[in-house]
Amino acid sequence: MSFVPHSDADRREMFAKVGVSDIRELYSDVPDSLIRDALPAMPDALSEWEAVRAIQELADQNHSLVCFAGAGQYDHFVPAAVDHLIRRSEFYTAYTPYQPEVSQGTLQVIYEFQTMVCELTGMDVANASMYDGPSAAAEAAVMARAVTRRDRVLAAGSLNPHYRKVTDTYLRGQGSELQGIPTGLDGLVDRDALAGALGDDVACLIVQYPNFFGVVEEIEPLAEMVQQAGALLVVVADPVTLALLRSPGELGADIVVAEGQPFGNPLSFGGPVVGLFAAKQRYVRKMPGRIVGATVDVEDRRGYVLTLQTREQQIRRDKATSNICTNQGLNALAATIHLALLGREGLREVAEVSTRNAHYARAKLEALDGVDLVYPGSPFVREFAVKTKENSRAILERGLSDGILAGVSLSRFPSLGAPDGLLLAFTEKRNRAEIDRLADVIAG
Amino acid sequence: MSDIPEGLKYTEEHEWVRETDAADEFLVGITDYAQGELGDVVFVELPSPGDSFARMDVFGTIEAVKAVSDLYSPLSVEVVAVNEALNDDPALVNSDPYGEGWMVRIRAGDMSELDGLLSATDYAGHIEG
Repeated sequence: MSFVPHSDADRREMFAKVGVSDIRELYSDVPDSLIRDALPAMPDALSEWEAVRAIQELADQNHSLVCFAGAGQYDHFVPAAVDHLIRRSEFYTAYTPYQPEVSQGTLQVIYEFQTMVCELTGMDVANASMYDGPSAAAEAAVMARAVTRRDRVLAAGSLNPHYRKVTDTYLRGQGSELQGIPTGLDGLVDRDALAGALGDDVACLIVQYPNFFGVVEEIEPLAEMVQQAGALLVVVADPVTLALLRSPGELGADIVVAEGQPFGNPLSFGGPVVGLFAAKQRYVRKMPGRIVGATVDVEDRRGYVLTLQTREQQIRRDKATSNICTNQGLNALAATIHLALLGREGLREVAEVSTRNAHYARAKLEALDGVDLVYPGSPFVREFAVKTKENSRAILERGLSDGILAGVSLSRFPSLGAPDGLLLAFTEKRNRAEIDRLADVIAG
Repeated sequence: MSDIPEGLKYTEEHEWVRETDAADEFLVGITDYAQGELGDVVFVELPSPGDSFARMDVFGTIEAVKAVSDLYSPLSVEVVAVNEALNDDPALVNSDPYGEGWMVRIRAGDMSELDGLLSATDYAGHIEG
């Protein structure tokens, strides 16, 4: 498709039509401080080789670090086959199918993706993916409000602060807001506080599993409490740990969302990633996003279709379940291929090695002076938080000079009400030598 | 030509209202014309018994394969019962719109609102117009 730029005459005509005299008027909501009037000075044209060299010099300024940071995104190994397969021209598009039934291969991949998400989460139905974990959580809150026709949304104080912020932004657009439920001394949701907050206007509780501090939340009793009050339980899961933990579906969750990045998608300094979204069958018509279904054609051959499109914006307009009518096509494809390569056993091994690394690290760090676990008595899988006597940012600085990203500073998130310290995450890529170096960095 | 039975009341939004044995209770569904325009009905989302709606409130939605429409309450009502059979077989709305395809049984809050509904003749004029 050729690109046809707007001419000055086109622009003038459009400005006149909408009643502005300058393009800047359309950006009046953007603070002036964020607007640049001129592009930074650009160099003259370069030959291809000169351009490659210039960009390579920029890229070389990135440090390669041994990564112990998690907090929602994790440094897992992505096999080379994933990259090879997603780049096949039959697949290589970032975008959702818009003339879907001619793209049977793409639809089949999405169908497989949905099946894997259902198996991991223990839920009945999954959609074709969301932008990322936080927007999936926000959509779950919106969906819970539609299902229950109730207003208030509760979230565990141990929910990832980024998820909390994104969800709160969505809710404010709907005239609601997120209400936090305090975390008990054991790192779990304070059930007395939850009982006090529940009421006949509560749509859902959002709880993270394992939670932001890595503690494995007790989902079953929360599901009972919340559902008895007529609300839904939304679980935000670390999908890798689901290979070891009982699935949220089995424990009674109504909606399960997750950041799918650990499957097939490298950290890439923060994206792009892919959100997972699954729910119980009876809520399928209130689900956001695209859903692929399997059917048979007139000759009884298996085929795939986009189904339940009447939930979506292109048909239901302003009454759509969500303004999402796309999916993270390429990222979901990468996740599907990675999961298919790992298989049930392989994923379990990834989770087990990650967990063993975390527990080895815990033993090392517990032995250090000035370092204490934030929740020493509570079960965790592959991530945990430590309090540090020394300023955590100073520890991170020291790590950088030693090639170690020593976790995420808890002081970045004042809303958590946590002591200063580090949130540390472990994957199958880490080994004991690296964990020993981490302990040395933290010890100082 | 679509079927527009005499003796029922109609709305401009293509709902019908039928009297029952109980003086203030009525059955509500959508007309033969409406089901024909929608095509194959795949889902009917209905309210719960006990729910109340003002006249012209949306009380549910009806989905065909590639279209969806709101269902409007013809009167100010309390829902007495809903047609559970539509959960399993929404196509009853296509095959028998005035019979087994009924949607809700309602109790009218203000009987005078009945006078604002259309007769079969008026409704026939409405869809031709």
